[in-house]
Amino acid sequence: MGTFLEEVNEKIDGVPIQGCYHCRKCTAGCPIAFAMEYNPNQIIKMIQMGMRDRVLNSSTIWLCASCETCVTRCPNDVDIARMMDALREMAIESQVDVKEKNILKFHEAFLSSVKMGGRINEPMMIAHYKLKSGDLFSDLGVGLSMFMKGKLSIFSPKTKDIKSVRKIFEETKG
Amino acid sequence: MKVSYYPGCSLHATGKEYDESVKAVSRALEIELKEVDDWSCCGASSAHMTNYKLSVALPARNIIAAEKDGMDVMVPCAACFNRFKMAQHHLKENEALKAEVEGIIGEKYQDSVAIRNPIDIIYNDIGIDKLGEKATKKLEGLKPVSYYGCLLLRPPDVCEFDDYENPYMMDGIMESIGAESRSWSYKTDCCGGSLTLGKTEIVVNLVDKLMRMAREAGANCLVCACPVCFANLDMRASEDVRLPAFYFTELLALAMGLEGPESWFKMHNVDPRPLLKSLALI
Repeated sequence: MGTFLEEVNEKIDGVPIQGCYHCRKCTAGCPIAFAMEYNPNQIIKMIQMGMRDRVLNSSTIWLCASCETCVTRCPNDVDIARMMDALREMAIESQVDVKEKNILKFHEAFLSSVKMGGRINEPMMIAHYKLKSGDLFSDLGVGLSMFMKGKLSIFSPKTKDIKSVRKIFEETKG
Repeated sequence: MKVSYYPGCSLHATGKEYDESVKAVSRALEIELKEVDDWSCCGASSAHMTNYKLSVALPARNIIAAEKDGMDVMVPCAACFNRFKMAQHHLKENEALKAEVEGIIGEKYQDSVAIRNPIDIIYNDIGIDKLGEKATKKLEGLKPVSYYGCLLLRPPDVCEFDDYENPYMMDGIMESIGAESRSWSYKTDCCGGSLTLGKTEIVVNLVDKLMRMAREAGANCLVCACPVCFANLDMRASEDVRLPAFYFTELLALAMGLEGPESWFKMHNVDPRPLLKSLALI
């Protein structure tokens, strides 16, 4: 494997990160920048400088909501949202101590629900996430009210050919 | 007209009002819906945020199933819509990926059906003139801001839908049923999406801002077309700024005098019925 920069460029397979000249339009339009440890353009600079550990251990890569505003506005067509996806994958593969643990736990609960039934069973998925994260009591009121209104049916239909869905999971494993 | 229908996971649960109102409105507008056979989850945010190939293969399985019916696919959920369009985009650009995905699913991907959202189908195929005729009960006094969110529009070369900085189709639909669509600069600002469980405080911050800006624009409600946006607008806004939110199809059903709106409104967290009663719309 080459440098961190080369690794990221290979994963995003589009305009290379060096295409960024730091106009900071991405950061200016990012709805989550206010809560991020490093701004999107700072992450790009850090990749250019080979700061692998700092980037993969940051909270920024997990807080990105993939709203695609950065991608839409970048004058050089750098796919920043795809870069964030790639960094998340690399953080998981490298088994770093993920900074925003609850966010990763949410993704794991979500995907495990898909693997189980082909479709999300929302109440089961949410319960699974709550148990994993230990965040048991927030949303109890709202959750109960949704259940009573019939919006959280435990018996939602599943995909019949579940084998085909599980095969997709098996064969796309990193 | 007849189209394939991909409801997605949320529409069967937290987005129930959207599923039921889309179906009611489609019936009234003579759009016949045929649900995609044995569909599975599109992967939403969690797939692409953790595994690129998974995020293309999961939607591809459904597109390939829909291709068998040979019709355009109506996808109401903005996240599902976006993931389907992204999958089509990547499968077109990357031959090696396409071959790999076909190998996993065991069938060829033809790239033969168009993925469309209901705003597009209603605005372009039905037309707002016909909508205006069918809306026998004009929603006078209702002043929505149209909230499009992120995934219907961005990235523009993937979604190919409406103006991506200042969209107008949902506004046009609202005007055609007699509502006064309020102008505002936050049509496409993010609600925080899937961070709603893992980082709730960010979503509260973003949704409260939307609510404050909606009020500043003179609106008395918000209208949207995505189950995650709706859940966030409906459940995460602070009490002192919140306004009721609607799926655009709920308001269409109300204006067309269809059965269902009152049962859907009961399911909202922020009850819209006081507002509608005060305007004599229910």
